[in-house]
Amino acid sequence: MYLPDFDYYVPASVAEACQLLAENIDCAKVISGGTDLLPKMKHGLLSPQILVSIKKIPGLRKIEYVQGKGVVIGAASTINDIVFSEVVQQKYPSVSNAAHTMAANQVRHSGTVGGNLVSAVPSADMPPILMALNATATIEGPNGQRQLPVEDVFCGPSKCLLEKSEIITEIIIPDQAMTGSTYFKFALRRAGALAVVGVAAAVQVENDVIKDARVALGAVAPVPMRAKKTEEFLIGKKISDELLEEAGKIAASECKPITDFRASEEYRRDLVRIYTKRALRKAIDHGHI
Amino acid sequence: MSNFIVDNNGIKRYLVTINVNGIEYTKVVKANTLLVNFLREELDLTGTKKGCELGDCGSCTVLLDGKPVNSCLILAIEADGMKVTTIEGVASTSNLDNIQEKFLEYGAIQCGYCSAGMILSAKALLTENPKPTEEEVRAGISGNLCRCTGYINIIKAIMAASGQEVLN
Repeated sequence: MYLPDFDYYVPASVAEACQLLAENIDCAKVISGGTDLLPKMKHGLLSPQILVSIKKIPGLRKIEYVQGKGVVIGAASTINDIVFSEVVQQKYPSVSNAAHTMAANQVRHSGTVGGNLVSAVPSADMPPILMALNATATIEGPNGQRQLPVEDVFCGPSKCLLEKSEIITEIIIPDQAMTGSTYFKFALRRAGALAVVGVAAAVQVENDVIKDARVALGAVAPVPMRAKKTEEFLIGKKISDELLEEAGKIAASECKPITDFRASEEYRRDLVRIYTKRALRKAIDHGHI
Repeated sequence: MSNFIVDNNGIKRYLVTINVNGIEYTKVVKANTLLVNFLREELDLTGTKKGCELGDCGSCTVLLDGKPVNSCLILAIEADGMKVTTIEGVASTSNLDNIQEKFLEYGAIQCGYCSAGMILSAKALLTENPKPTEEEVRAGISGNLCRCTGYINIIKAIMAASGQEVLN
């Protein structure tokens, strides 16, 4: 399998990259890890005439804690950068564990978190946990910078809300009151498989009462979705097994899965029920894991 | 990277310098040259195999600055200025590397197509984690598919290469 011809640019800054994209608005694409883009180009699904590489832009691969801002993950950080990041492991092991469920080692060393968001695959593994932790994406374009909650980045399968001249530069996980979070993935194999269902939950627990909850579901709607009815149901209630069982049922009823070759709609709904219950229990009992 | 020439067809050709197995190669490549094709066709290093070419099977695994990656999903131009280790560079002398010896000893090679990638994943694993558990070995080679062995002898060979008791 060969790639079509294209020109390749390595801009030195985000501003230069955005300018290149703006000047070649209909024929340029950003390449970061390339693990999603290059297979699509090999299949002839995309044939950009220009690739703008953002992988080597200084600072875009940094992962750090910034006081008053939160954990800031450079968009060109590879998935394995997140898996092994001391900052992430210390503050939100749940994020590092979610990253570790993705693909296989080789792909995790190349693929980047920014790419995982903009490729907007419904079954992507990073969005649910980032949405549960209320993360935002910093987006830069020719007209400056804007912040977008991660959950608002997607607008359909393989479609995101970025302009063609815009780039995600960082993902920010804000400081939070949430006391626990986790991501559960069901896939047909332990490696190299897309999620059949992914469930992320974050909870704030005080005296056995759920003060706040965020539940995000992957692979059960055209885009990664928040289970808002489930969250509303949980908030203010005392924790019990029955409560979590009921939360699972609500999540199963509010998701919108399809039947495809990986699983039927019915099976996906049942997985959402069970995994929502388990994810909530784990986040309640074990913190950010 | 900024060095390129435009050929008669208007296609840009870029000058890249890639260190492969300790030797610096400076070559002219098109932007769409994949690292796996650069290794196999430009350098005649055909030990790196092409399987699915989509990043699923791991047979084209090489180490890029020490990290295992699928060379079918890396552009040669992206590896400019970086260090690549292929199966040809695993043994530092005329003798085989310890991992290669154990693969032979334990019958971890059948058709051999996955072996190059498998050994490089094992090399990366043992460099980071010299005494892995069996579970860690399984995770370490989970990006490499083998259709012959059923993996058991591969896992035994890697455990043996780490100097550990081989479980039955």
